[in-house]
Amino acid sequence: MTAELHEELTDPNADQLDHGAASSRPLKSRISEPQPRGAKVHGNRPIDQSEAANRFIAATEHEAMHDARLWDLRQKRDKEMHGIEEWEELRDLASGIKEHTLSKLDYYLELFEKNATANGIKVHWAKDGAEHNAIVLDILRKKGVERLIKSKSMLTEECGFRHFMAENNVEVIETDLGERIQQLDDEAPSHVVVPAVHKLRTDVAGVFAKTIGSDPDNADAHYLTECQREATRPLILSAQAGMTGGNFVVAETGTFVVCTNEGNADLSANTPSLHIASIGIEKLIPGLDDLAVFVRLLSRSALGSPITQYTSHFRGPREGGEMHVVLVDNGRSERLGMEKFWRGLKCIRCGACMNTCPVFRRSGGLSYGATYAGPIGLIIDPTFNVHKYRNLPYSSTLNGSCTNVCPVKINIHEQIADWRKTLAGEGEISPVKKVMMKAAGEVLASPVVYRASLPLGRSALRHLPHFMLYNKLNTWGRKRDIPETPKQTFNEWYRKNRKQQAEGGKS
Amino acid sequence: MSGSREAILEAIRKNHIQGDRARPNVPLFDQAAPADLKELFQKSLERMGGKLLTPDAADPMAPVRQAIVKAGPVLSCVPEFEGDMKVTPQTKPTDIALVEYAVLRAAFGVAETGSLCFTEKQLLVNTTGFLPQHLIILLDPAQIVYNLHNAYQRPEWTQAHYAVFQSGPSATADIEGVLVHGAQGVRSLSVLFHPAS
Repeated sequence: MTAELHEELTDPNADQLDHGAASSRPLKSRISEPQPRGAKVHGNRPIDQSEAANRFIAATEHEAMHDARLWDLRQKRDKEMHGIEEWEELRDLASGIKEHTLSKLDYYLELFEKNATANGIKVHWAKDGAEHNAIVLDILRKKGVERLIKSKSMLTEECGFRHFMAENNVEVIETDLGERIQQLDDEAPSHVVVPAVHKLRTDVAGVFAKTIGSDPDNADAHYLTECQREATRPLILSAQAGMTGGNFVVAETGTFVVCTNEGNADLSANTPSLHIASIGIEKLIPGLDDLAVFVRLLSRSALGSPITQYTSHFRGPREGGEMHVVLVDNGRSERLGMEKFWRGLKCIRCGACMNTCPVFRRSGGLSYGATYAGPIGLIIDPTFNVHKYRNLPYSSTLNGSCTNVCPVKINIHEQIADWRKTLAGEGEISPVKKVMMKAAGEVLASPVVYRASLPLGRSALRHLPHFMLYNKLNTWGRKRDIPETPKQTFNEWYRKNRKQQAEGGKS
Repeated sequence: MSGSREAILEAIRKNHIQGDRARPNVPLFDQAAPADLKELFQKSLERMGGKLLTPDAADPMAPVRQAIVKAGPVLSCVPEFEGDMKVTPQTKPTDIALVEYAVLRAAFGVAETGSLCFTEKQLLVNTTGFLPQHLIILLDPAQIVYNLHNAYQRPEWTQAHYAVFQSGPSATADIEGVLVHGAQGVRSLSVLFHPAS
C-alpha cells in the first residue's frame, strides 16, 4: 500500500508540539530487533512477571525506548501540574468526589438510569463479562450487525469481548491506532492509554505489512499512521454499529463522557445508527461541576496534555438512532466491600502510575500477563484471581511514586504492601518466598540474633567474590550494583561515638 | 437480565463500608481570569495543534476562502459562508466522508484548553465534526469562557443529546511518540473569530 502523504502530516511546526501522547523531544529507535512477547500464561498457574520482564530487558532497544517514552510522559505531566496553581486542590476534590459517589453508588446508579432512560438511552446491567458479551451480542443480532467499529475500552478487554465476538461471527474493528496495532498483532494492550507503547516503529511496520499490506521497509510513523487511516476508513463507513467505553458517567444529567485523541470514539458513535457503550459501575460521578475536575486532571495526568483532542458527551440517541449503555459489575461490587482495597475503585485509568513506575518502565505492560498492568494492576488484578496474580504485588519497589502522581489519590503503594500481607495470610505465596520469609522471620523475631547477624552480612557483602553476589539466586544483584557496605553497623557507630559523648556529658 | 440489576444493587448495598462521605463543593477557580480571553484561547488552541486565522475587517469571509487550499467539496453549516454542499434532511452521516472542508460555528470556546464546543445544533449531522478532512470554525469571541469549570455551567449540557469539546485536530502518537495529525478524524482545524450575526 502506498499512502498519500498530506503535507499536514509532515508539518514542520507540528514537531514542536507535544500535545496528546506526543514526546516532548525526538525519540527514535536506532535498530530493529525482534519484539519480546509478554508473560507466558498457563491456565490458572501464577504469572511469572519477572521471567517476562527479563526477556523485555534483554531486548535492549525496546527497553530503552519504552523507558524513555514513558519517563517523558511523566515529565510532561509534571510540567502541566506546575502550570496549575490549584492542582493539589483538584486532586483532593477528585478523591473526595469519587469517595462520596462510591459511598452512595446504588443511589447514583439508579439516578443515572432514570435520567438516561428519560432521554431515550436503553440501560442494561451485567454482573460479569459473560453477561456483558451476551447482552451486546443480543442487541447486534436483533439488528443483523456483521461489522462493529469500536473505540478503546479496558472494560471490554476485561470481558474478553473481541474473542467472544469473533466466535460469534461479528467482525470487530478497533479504531484507536494503538489498539488497532495490537488487534492486528493479536496481542493485548500493554498500557491503558498508549496500548502499543512497547512496540518499536519497525514492529508496527512488520504488523502492517502482514495485515494491511503496507511497505515492509517503510517504518515511518507518518506513513504507517496514514496507511491505517486509509485502511480503516472504509470499514468505519460500512459498519452497522459502533461501540465505545465511557470515562465518566454523570448521574444528574444521564450523560456519559468519552475522551480520545483521535476522534475515533465520535466516529464510532456517530457514523452507524446504533451506539452501544460498555461502562464499569465505578465510573459514576454526581454532576457536571464534578466532571470539570476530572476532565482537567485526566489528560494532564496521563500524557501531560491539557485535554484530550476530543471530549465527547452522550446524553441520548440522535434522531433515528439507537443508544444502549451496558453497566458492568464484573467484581466491582465485591471490591467495594474490601476494607483495604475499595479505594482502587476510584481509578480513572490515566496510566500515570505506570509512566512513573521503574518496574513498569523497564519490564513492559505485557509482562504482567493481566488486563491491568503496572502499579494499579498490582492492586486490581488479584481481586479477579488471587492465585493467578499472587506474584504481581511483588513487582514493585514500594517507592510510593505511583501514589504521589495518582490524580484521585489512591494509596497504591500501601495497597501493594497490604496485598503482600493478605496473600501471605491466605497461603498464596511462592515456595521460594516462603523459605526466605521463614528464615527472615526467625532472625527478625529476636533482637539478639538480628544484631549478631548484621556484621556477618556486612562482612560477607564486602568480601564475597563478585560471582557470589551477582548470580541468579540473588535477584537484587541483577541489573544493579549492590551499594558499598559501611564498615560499621549504626549500633556499633553509636556505641563508639554518641554513647561515649552522652556518658561523658553525664560525668 | 433485570435479575442482574437487582443483584448488583443488592451487592453494592451489602458492601457499603464507606460510611457517610460528604460531596465536596467544587469552586470555579476563575479569580485569575483575564478580561480579554482571546489571547489565552489562541495560545491554548495553538498548543493543541489548531490554527487561528487572521481576521479581515473589510471582507470577513476572506480568511475562510484563503484557508481552503485543496480541491474538493466544501460543506458549509453556517449562513455566513456559501459552500459547495449543504446538509439537507436527506443527508446521511456517511455522506460527509466526501467532504474536504467543513465550515462550522462553535457553540462556545474554552480559553484554558483551546477547546471548541459543538452540539448537534451546530453540526446538523454529527459526523460533520469528524469525517471531513479539514475543519474551519467560526467562533464568537464573546462566547469564550475562561476554564472548564465555567464551561460546565453552560446550558448546552442539558439541552443537547450530543456535545463535544474539540481541541485541535485529530491526533495520535501511538507509534514511538511521533505526533501525527489526522489519525482518524480531521487533519487540520482552523478558527476564525467572528461574532454571531
